[in-house]
Amino acid sequence: MKKGTKQRLRRGTLYALLLAIVFAIALLADWPRIQRAFFNPEIAVEMFPEVFTIAAKNTLLYTFFSFAFGLVLALVLALMKRSTIRPYRWIATTYIELFRGLPALVTIILIAFGLPIALGVSIPGGTLGKGAIGLGIVAAAYMAETIRAGIEAVPRGQMEAARSLGMSRATAMAFIVLPQAFRVIIPPLTNELVLLIKDTSLFFVLGTTVVTKELTKFGRDLMNTTFNGTPLIVIALVYLIITLPMTRLVAQLEKRAARAR
Amino acid sequence: MDSNVPPIQVLELHKYFGELQVLRGIDFQVNAREVVCVIGPSGSGKSTLLRCVNLLEVPTAGKVLVEGIDLTDPETDVDAVRARIGMVFQQFNLFPHLTVQSNLTIAQRKVLNRSEDEANEVARNVLERVGMLDKIDEYPIRLSGGQMQRVAIARSLSMNPDMMLFDEPTSALDPELVGEVLDVMRGLAEEGMTMMVVTHEMGFARQVGDRVVFMDGGVVVEDGPPDDVLLNPQHDRTQKFLQAVLRQ
Repeated sequence: MKKGTKQRLRRGTLYALLLAIVFAIALLADWPRIQRAFFNPEIAVEMFPEVFTIAAKNTLLYTFFSFAFGLVLALVLALMKRSTIRPYRWIATTYIELFRGLPALVTIILIAFGLPIALGVSIPGGTLGKGAIGLGIVAAAYMAETIRAGIEAVPRGQMEAARSLGMSRATAMAFIVLPQAFRVIIPPLTNELVLLIKDTSLFFVLGTTVVTKELTKFGRDLMNTTFNGTPLIVIALVYLIITLPMTRLVAQLEKRAARAR
Repeated sequence: MDSNVPPIQVLELHKYFGELQVLRGIDFQVNAREVVCVIGPSGSGKSTLLRCVNLLEVPTAGKVLVEGIDLTDPETDVDAVRARIGMVFQQFNLFPHLTVQSNLTIAQRKVLNRSEDEANEVARNVLERVGMLDKIDEYPIRLSGGQMQRVAIARSLSMNPDMMLFDEPTSALDPELVGEVLDVMRGLAEEGMTMMVVTHEMGFARQVGDRVVFMDGGVVVEDGPPDDVLLNPQHDRTQKFLQAVLRQ
């Protein structure tokens, strides 16, 4: 046999296999039942507009505050990690290793329930306050390493030039080094933001009211009351509407960053 | 400023990088309105000496006095002294996220607390001096190496420094761009700027320098008028270095 013929034959076999599997699934599956269980238009319609006005709104709100709190904390940690004072470095390293090693859910439970029970300290702000601080603490551990890498990617000469113009270390960091570092780390930080969007689903553990549910809790509660999977499909689509543009944006930013180099 | 106090005075300066001794007891001085060129093979410690003068490198032992102020004294406000010393780097080190204008104004604003109008006025004046006024709104990435270095010199000048340090300012440039930078430096020297220049440009050292210092192995081997050091060197090592350089 010729080489070309052999290759065509192999590709043909693979296509045939794929078709066979798709065909088997199509024949074996109970389509009407799947449609009733996951694609019930009446149940889907019932979810509007609350899926946007409450659930998606809360998901975005929780994400925003977790990210904002996490970013500030991460910046502090990154600077501590680069401090010339050793105990600061130790604290930052311990923090980062600790909260990267723990499940986010554990940290959120610790903040929301552990602190009140053990110390009598209650974080204000309800679901938003407790959740955003808990998740922000976790996010900070990841973002601190990203920011540190960004700072270290800025050539040393930049700090030296700034210092030799008479700028203090802090001024040089704020106006010369950090602006350049953040350019490098916008893509990975956006990635972190996408992860946070999904992680806000952990807020279910905080116990929510009708108006504080985020997407996952909203969908799951409806699934329980309707005995139907449609709500999950709907919230899955809403998640994708939020996350897909962002992952596309990251890809764009990375391409642009690669070109600029 | 008391004209009797030398702008730069280095006393018995030692510098180690870990185990490696780079400077082995340097005594060195630059007088007001003097242009001193420091030459020597790579690894001789000449750049380290220059970087010790504005404390980018911290001396291991010895003293660095700038206008009589001891930089090695922990009580000294090093930032305030640095603001009076212009520094030009081999790699230019312009701030790539800022326009040429902002490169020149940011330290004026943050360190000297000048108003925006005043800082912009100064920026325009010094850019005019180095022939870069037409690029005031460009980002550094759009400039050639020679243009970048002229902007870097302008950035230092915008702080109205009492003296300027140059760390191999033309070594990263394509040969055809060296001239424009040396012209700017020659202009500064003619205006009476106090300058310490680490360089491999022997022509510049001879024409513009008031003194030439030859360093090797972390010590000052020879220090004198350019014609003496470059044309009639007294030491073996100086002769060998100059022969090697001139053969190129």
